[in-house]
Amino acid sequence: MIRVEAVSKRFRDTVVLDRVSLEVPDGTTTVILGPSGVGKTVLLRIMAGLMAPDEGQVFYDGRRVRFGRFADNRGLTGGLGYVFQSGALFDSLTVAENVALPLQETTRLSGAEIRRRTEEVLQRVGMAESAGLFPRALSGGMTRLVAIARALVADPRCIFFDEPTTGLDPAIRERICAMIEELREHGERTQVVVTHDLEAASLLADHMYMLRAGKLVRADNVRKEDYEQAYP
Amino acid sequence: MKALLAPIDYLGFLARSLAGSPDLRRTWPRFMAQLWNHGVGALPVVIITSVFIGLTTAVQTTYQLMGVVPKYFVGMGVGRLVLIELAPVLTGFIVAGRSASAMAAELGAMRVSEQVDALEVMGIDPYRYLCLPRILATCVGLPVLVVVTEVVAVFTALFISARMLDVPAAAFTYGVTHFFMLRDFVGGIVKALLFGLLIGTSGCYFGFGVSGGAQGVGRATTRAVVLSAVLILLVDFVIALIFFKT
Repeated sequence: MIRVEAVSKRFRDTVVLDRVSLEVPDGTTTVILGPSGVGKTVLLRIMAGLMAPDEGQVFYDGRRVRFGRFADNRGLTGGLGYVFQSGALFDSLTVAENVALPLQETTRLSGAEIRRRTEEVLQRVGMAESAGLFPRALSGGMTRLVAIARALVADPRCIFFDEPTTGLDPAIRERICAMIEELREHGERTQVVVTHDLEAASLLADHMYMLRAGKLVRADNVRKEDYEQAYP
Repeated sequence: MKALLAPIDYLGFLARSLAGSPDLRRTWPRFMAQLWNHGVGALPVVIITSVFIGLTTAVQTTYQLMGVVPKYFVGMGVGRLVLIELAPVLTGFIVAGRSASAMAAELGAMRVSEQVDALEVMGIDPYRYLCLPRILATCVGLPVLVVVTEVVAVFTALFISARMLDVPAAAFTYGVTHFFMLRDFVGGIVKALLFGLLIGTSGCYFGFGVSGGAQGVGRATTRAVVLSAVLILLVDFVIALIFFKT
């Protein structure tokens, strides 16, 4: 279980998160909904240990995340799957090398096993054909799919998705939604998705929250009218 | 206050990059790639610079000593000047301009595009993965480049002295070899090692600290080069006091 406890974050005079608390049960998909600039990514980054809050704590199975201390967090936030909105692929590595990286650097698997797993996960996201390409040759949607493959390859217990469907064509958007839904149905992993896409959120969420004026509000079964009213 | 804490932050960064298990099996290929990039890649510009160091030093030394002392003192002057001072410092400046800026820009772009964050969430230590190979590469590469500079500069000086400055090759060679002191050579190499450490650390330090997009990357690049140059001069003075103070 991931527990966020009274987390606050401000940038200069703007309060982005105001004593936000959240519990993400194991094996569920939690969606945090809200328009751009409301602080969803900030909350996600704090949950992943990438950004320190001004106040508050984050716990993984009761163990506190120590922000800015990579070595201390390796067993907690290290080894997460995190799909960045930009993809954050390494320019100097091919698609296959990008996907294989977590296995090469954090496990003692043989080269053959790493190749097998990489091919398998690229097949799963439909990117096996592009294994030899460099990220600069990929479209935005393809980049996002490779980022998902990289997040899945080490079989993490928890995956964070930062705006997984933003700016994509309908076909790839559907493919990504189907993939997240499939992972959710298998109950394999804990998933946290931040998005402004209400349709995708409703499809994917076990638990849904809206982030508004720095506060997190429970919003299961939120309707389009409620969402539009919440963010006029 | 921030400026006062900066040296502590810098040293903390250096310690953090060098601390922990280097994990040789994984670090070695990245170290070799960086050594190729920042060492072998710098060879052409280093050789060109060395030629001009040799030419100018020979002309200047001859101008100052000719007619005052025997001709072999030209060889002594050129040899010791190049070994102690010119080769390490000028090669250090070249590598600082070339490598510290490249490292700051590369790591800065990786920071801005969240690649450094991606490493961290994958459980890969970004200091070990990105900084350690670069810092080691400049530490190892710079002393080798300095030796290349010394050899090329002295031979160029020998050539021009014999051909244009009326200093016989035998006299020049006698001056270089007879007055050669191991301490001069070792002092130069120690300088190069420390300059390499500082150049690699400065490039990575400012690259890692980038914020604010492309403008931030530009600022980091400038700061990395400026700090490297200032630290080279500072360390040069300290080493001079330690090795060469009579």
